[in-house]
Amino acid sequence: MSFIEIEAVDLIYGEERTGTLAVSEASLSIRHGEFVALVGPSGCGKSTLLKLVAGLVRPSAGRIRVEGAEVTQPLKTVGMAFQNPTLLPWRTIRDNVLLPLEVVEPYRRRLRQDRAANRARADALLEAVGLSGFGDRMPWQLSGGMQQRAQLCRALVHQPSILLLDEPFAALDSFTKEELWHVLQDLWSRQSCTIILVTHELREAVFLAETVYVMSARPGRLVKRTDVRVARPRTLETTFEPSFVGIVQDLRHAIGAARCA
Amino acid sequence: MRMRSMLLARAAPWISAALLVLVWWLGVAAFDVKSYIMPTPGETLASLVRHWRPLAANGAITLATTLVGFSATLVFGTLIGMLVGMSRLAHQAIYPLLVAFNSVPKAALVPIFVVWFGLGAVPAVITAFLLSFFPVVANVALAFSSIEPELVDLIRSLGGSRRDLMVKIGIPRALPYLFASLKVAITLAFVGSIIAEVIGGNGGIGNVMLVASSNFDMPLVFAALSVVGVLGTGMYALFELLDRHWASRSARPSGLQGIENAS
Ligand SMILES: Nc1ncnc2c1ncn2[C@@H]1O[C@H](COP(=O)(O)OP(=O)(O)OP(=O)(O)O)[C@@H](O)[C@H]1O
Ligand SMILES: [Mg+2]
Repeated sequence: MSFIEIEAVDLIYGEERTGTLAVSEASLSIRHGEFVALVGPSGCGKSTLLKLVAGLVRPSAGRIRVEGAEVTQPLKTVGMAFQNPTLLPWRTIRDNVLLPLEVVEPYRRRLRQDRAANRARADALLEAVGLSGFGDRMPWQLSGGMQQRAQLCRALVHQPSILLLDEPFAALDSFTKEELWHVLQDLWSRQSCTIILVTHELREAVFLAETVYVMSARPGRLVKRTDVRVARPRTLETTFEPSFVGIVQDLRHAIGAARCA
Repeated sequence: MRMRSMLLARAAPWISAALLVLVWWLGVAAFDVKSYIMPTPGETLASLVRHWRPLAANGAITLATTLVGFSATLVFGTLIGMLVGMSRLAHQAIYPLLVAFNSVPKAALVPIFVVWFGLGAVPAVITAFLLSFFPVVANVALAFSSIEPELVDLIRSLGGSRRDLMVKIGIPRALPYLFASLKVAITLAFVGSIIAEVIGGNGGIGNVMLVASSNFDMPLVFAALSVVGVLGTGMYALFELLDRHWASRSARPSGLQGIENAS
């Protein structure tokens, strides 16, 4: 049975007749623990689809179900990461990572008792992304890439069953980006959560995901689904293998077509 | 080298103040200005010493008036700012009125307050409040209306309530905006009480200036002015300190240092 079920979803921003149709007749289903990537031209409704899954916006038509239950309000335990780091500048890196625990039940009720455990958990996550020792720094003392890593930790700290990543690596240089691909791959293989990653970059999508969906230009429709059958763990070497390059090329053509359509 | 430039930066305001006094003194001496037009710094100081009792007492009155008006600004400015910043409807309904009201010269309203509340502290408190509360409202409203949509999404996606959004993000994010506006507001409140005291008061440092100038006692007017300057600067410095204490925790160091180091 599928974990996330999106059925013929439309989304119109603004008025029914005059508004922007951002997503049109989107249907897809995602298995528990699946890593899905969503690619498509700019402005095609990728971020919108993430917000729909998170329950932050309600579909204008169609239905979204998570674990069989229809999504009618924000899901309580998703992790989100965005293109800009959006760390809170008045909190240390560790306290930024701990923010979700102050909001999500049942952690929030047990903040006092679990203080030390939470701290250890945040530090373990920071270490996993290569930020050990930076827990007490303020966000402005970290580079953009380091802030993105911290943001990943924040998205994961409450062990969400769904992780929604909206172009989290888009603003980074390619070295940092590729390093973070590995970090994310490792985290995913350890924390069996379901991930939807929005990205512009096809190599990133193929490197990380099991399934890649291509969206058309606005109004966004899902026009192609590709299963990436490449063995894990994937390494930078993998990205030069013909099978990998072939999948990327296929997707590139599909997007080219989607853009003109 | 570093040490010396730091010392210089410390001493700079005192040196420029001393220079100003010197120019004042030389100017008065050179053009032989009469003391009932413009006293010398020495005469001002003498008057300050001679009248220190009434100056201190009336300074304290003005200070108290200012602080009462400013407290009202702190409370109502913050509350109205939050309301205007968070609710679209409140913004549409209230903000234009506030802008319109803010452009009325408050000095023109003092006589009305005197008619309503009589001579005394009340008109001065009201003027201090009216003059100082708009910057607080505007800044706090800006802080709340400019919360990044991603942060709102973040809190909502964690199942957080509107209250969580306020406590975790809205309020801590608004504090630097609030402190920055309080620095401006405290000086405006001070100006407000003095204006009211000059126009229609029976006490306070503004009233001392009014009485002294109608007696052509210019040295006393200037002595009162220097009390005003010291009090105003002191209050500003206090809030500057608070502001800096808060800002140093969250903000990156100012780019100004970079500019100076580059040269
Ligand atoms: N809050 C909003 N109100 C009105 N229209 C919106 C809103 N958010 C997005 N849109 C519109 O919906 C369409 C899809 O936006 P969305 O942000 O989902 O695109 P995207 O695929 O994430 O683009 P990008 O790759 O550039 O981030 C865009 O045309 C945009 O103008
Ligand atoms: Mg987007």
